[in-house]
Amino acid sequence: MSLFNDIVNSTKAIIKGMSVTFSQIPKQKWTVQYPEEPVTVQPRYRGQHLLHVDELGREKCVACFLCAAACPSDCIYIVATDDPRPAEERIGVDERYASVYNIDYGRCIFCGYCVEACPKDAITHGYNFELSVYSRADLLKTKDDLLITKQKQSPNYRVAFSDEDVDSEYKVV
Amino acid sequence: MFDTNNPLLIAGAQFLGIFLAFNAVLVLTAYLSLVERRVLAVMQGRLGPNRVGWFGLLQPLADGIKFIFKEDIAPDKATKFIYILAPFIAIISALMTLIVYPFGPVVTLPFSETFFGAPVTFPMTVARMDVALLYVLAVTSVGVYAIALAGWSSNSKYSLMGGLRSAAQMISYELSLGLSLIGVILMSGTLDLFSIAEQQGGWFGMKWNIFFQPLGFFVYLISAIAETNRVPFDLPEAETELVAGFHTEYSAMKFALFFIAEYVNMTTVSMLAATLFLGGFQGPFVAEFPILGPFYFVAKVFFFLFLYIWLRGTLPRFRFDQLMNFGWKFLLPVALLNIILTATIAVFFYSR
Repeated sequence: MSLFNDIVNSTKAIIKGMSVTFSQIPKQKWTVQYPEEPVTVQPRYRGQHLLHVDELGREKCVACFLCAAACPSDCIYIVATDDPRPAEERIGVDERYASVYNIDYGRCIFCGYCVEACPKDAITHGYNFELSVYSRADLLKTKDDLLITKQKQSPNYRVAFSDEDVDSEYKVV
Repeated sequence: MFDTNNPLLIAGAQFLGIFLAFNAVLVLTAYLSLVERRVLAVMQGRLGPNRVGWFGLLQPLADGIKFIFKEDIAPDKATKFIYILAPFIAIISALMTLIVYPFGPVVTLPFSETFFGAPVTFPMTVARMDVALLYVLAVTSVGVYAIALAGWSSNSKYSLMGGLRSAAQMISYELSLGLSLIGVILMSGTLDLFSIAEQQGGWFGMKWNIFFQPLGFFVYLISAIAETNRVPFDLPEAETELVAGFHTEYSAMKFALFFIAEYVNMTTVSMLAATLFLGGFQGPFVAEFPILGPFYFVAKVFFFLFLYIWLRGTLPRFRFDQLMNFGWKFLLPVALLNIILTATIAVFFYSR
């Protein structure tokens, strides 16, 4: 009676599958209602770069070009300038600073090598991820966009508290 | 006051009935597409379309507007006349069967005694035919032409493959579909859908044919899913293999016509299943309150439609040889067995 067994077994299999799909209906969903609900990003998330300043508000970057050298896609452009004024009036922490610091987000691959290369911890990855623009020229971000004092942080992300804190963590899977 | 036998009045009532039935089913199918997307999403841990209107309730409207305003592209080397004709065949053959389904029992028009002098009673169906079931089978079979012609006239390999597959599939499953209905016909002794539904009114409205014809019911259900080209029998439009099968080359409103035709077919097949096997409008208290009939009928149809979506969320697609084996070597013998069993029992134990 192999035919009979086939029928019974396949019927059982179908009923099992149907019950699995049906049991999914009342469960919590994975979807994040993005513009209304913030997306959870991990602390190590690599978003748009941030250029940091010290406690006196002076830029940490000393224009050493290590980030530009480390960059695999050649998207960092720096112009180094000397600032001979006394330490309190300077723009940067050192005499040498970057008067131009551009990152071309049309080329950036968010690999994080610039952050690793930086000896002064002057550049890190931020959490901003909404980088879409209407023209290619707008993808070129200048110091006005990158400085931590000037970059506007998006309200649409939430930094996770721990490794386990992810969008779907508190949802029954 | 009014002569209720006036042919113009009867024609007007018929027209009103057709108008109501068509519009009800078209709105139902529009929202069925939304329900399908939402239910499938929910089964897969997503939310589904919920942005247009409240809970996505205006999504069908947005889809309709999109379909109308899209560019209507026809392939350069398509056989234009047949290419344009095919979606019309699909939608017409899908919609034509709507008029014979009994939506409710015989009802009396309220206040008809004051207006017409005598109470006006009519069955809640647009056209009551003696050969309604045969009519349904005949008209739905024409739908095969739409798919086969659409696949051929598009002059595209994918479309042709889809059309071929579906022609073979629909012809194979048409057999077991027809044979599975013979058990019901033997039991009720009529092809009139309204009479078949009326006969299932015993046992407090629960004397449904499914209790006497479980085998026929399951063969019908499986063949019906195959006839409407739904998962797991969706080989004609297998998107992972054939892009979109027979409607690969169709766009804009012509694609929408195929889309609507598929959903109307789902609805009509569910209506037929509800009428033949689940008692149609019959249910508890229908004899006392005839107005309950349409609600029971709609509830049963919705049950089948949910089953369709549920199956789509669960089952993978058949392989083509499995499909043919299943149709010819399993469903057809089971349908024949059902006929023999029913006929034997009818001859020896069933007397009317």
